[in-house]
Amino acid sequence: MTRSFALKLLSALLVFGAWEIAGRIPVSYAFPTFFDSMSALFRMAFDGSLFVAYAETLKPLVLGVAISAFIGIALGLWIGLSSWFDWLFSPIFVVMQAAPLAALIPLLVMAYGIGLTSKVFVVCIMAMPVIVLNTAGAVRNTPQNLKAMSHSFLATDRDVLLKVIIPAASPLIFSGLRLGVSAGFIGAILSELKITPTGVGDIITFSRSIADYPSMYAAIFSIILLAVLFLNLLEKIEITLFEGNVRGYASD
Amino acid sequence: MVMPQTDAAFRTDAVPAEVAVSARNISKTYGEVEALKNLSLEFPRGQLTSLLGPSGCGKTTLLKIIAGLLEPTSGEIVVNGKPVKGPGPDRAFVFQDFALLPWANVLRNVAFGLELRGVAKSEREDIAEKYIKEVGLAGFEKSFPHELSGGMRQRVGLARALSVDADVLLMDEPFSAVDEQTRRKFQEDLLNLVKHENKTFIFVTHSIEEAVYVSDQIAILLPRPSRVSEIIRPTGLRDKDVDMLRRDPEYLDIVDQIWASLRSYVE
Repeated sequence: MTRSFALKLLSALLVFGAWEIAGRIPVSYAFPTFFDSMSALFRMAFDGSLFVAYAETLKPLVLGVAISAFIGIALGLWIGLSSWFDWLFSPIFVVMQAAPLAALIPLLVMAYGIGLTSKVFVVCIMAMPVIVLNTAGAVRNTPQNLKAMSHSFLATDRDVLLKVIIPAASPLIFSGLRLGVSAGFIGAILSELKITPTGVGDIITFSRSIADYPSMYAAIFSIILLAVLFLNLLEKIEITLFEGNVRGYASD
Repeated sequence: MVMPQTDAAFRTDAVPAEVAVSARNISKTYGEVEALKNLSLEFPRGQLTSLLGPSGCGKTTLLKIIAGLLEPTSGEIVVNGKPVKGPGPDRAFVFQDFALLPWANVLRNVAFGLELRGVAKSEREDIAEKYIKEVGLAGFEKSFPHELSGGMRQRVGLARALSVDADVLLMDEPFSAVDEQTRRKFQEDLLNLVKHENKTFIFVTHSIEEAVYVSDQIAILLPRPSRVSEIIRPTGLRDKDVDMLRRDPEYLDIVDQIWASLRSYVE
């Protein structure tokens, strides 16, 4: 525990140190030092503008990620269980995953306007495919012997789904969620850069236009930090729900 | 009850006990391949019957048909007078690859059969703990399968099958995935189990020595398509001292005799 914490601290020190040095050289006039960026972050946090921005950004993010998680897992289970639904739905998500999203945003704006709906769509398009495809793949690959075992001990179809298929699929479902959530964060910022500048996207766009690079990097840093915290939370949830999944990869 | 025996040469030295399970004219085809052909066999109550034969002779297929996990193409299985329609509470299965839930601890794995039957948590855990002790895993209730050795995992599988208290225990090469020493210990434990639990054991194995060591009745299956070629009842061995069994002349004779009839089928 302490050793892994020390390693994390060390890796953070290395990254931030490299950032500070690169900023001091400087590698580019548009690249601020670590300390300048942090002081900009604290300034925005203390004058409250950061929180106002997040209140705006979190709306499409939380909505989109929640929709993607619930609908994505449900659809993934369905696709994994029925070859017919696999045939019907899988191609949509494969296309969605491969689509160049930035190029499609104008279409979304034409269809749904510049409001929250379009932004939620962008988050969903980014987050959902990997959740659906991971869940479906995991369900299809449920160990055959565990299904035979539960049948021989008189499991109903519902038992097999709830007590064998879902727990067996849970490590892959959670890894899909982790990837999906990270993609959702990217989608949320992308929508604020491409549709209408609001929230954190607005800080990034505005500070770049007035060459206030420390603020711009502070905003980017804060969204990455939030994503990392959220992913850690997700891992905690996984460990609480599926204790037995902890076989090496989901730790501390 | 007289069953038509198409292909079987019976050696009925002893009067068979009451029949717990009977397979009647079972055939199973996979597309073109005939896995089992018109196979009939009776399993006496309270005894251990081994299904022995070279690989590909359909012994596991027969066991899964008895378990209700596979459906025969024709013929029927009768357990305690009732024809088998699918898995039932009168049969429990021990799997070759253990088939434990990797995300569940030993206690939950052993209690899983009872959990699926809707037994209340405290009650099923009491029963599971009793059988965990009986198979010698006391103290490992909270361990997960990946923390156990192969032999211990199979003890969990055995405890799970025992805890549902089925009349018939179906064992699919249960000791083939454990090491030699553990296997010998298992075989001794199995003899005790057959003696003390009033259950019918159906045991698939490819080891001649193992079959002769543990069985009351050995059905030798020959492949392509499978049928029962011979039934051997090593009745004389069952009253002898277990520790002396492996150098008993009768034991060695039966092992040789079985090898003689199987050797031409082993490629």
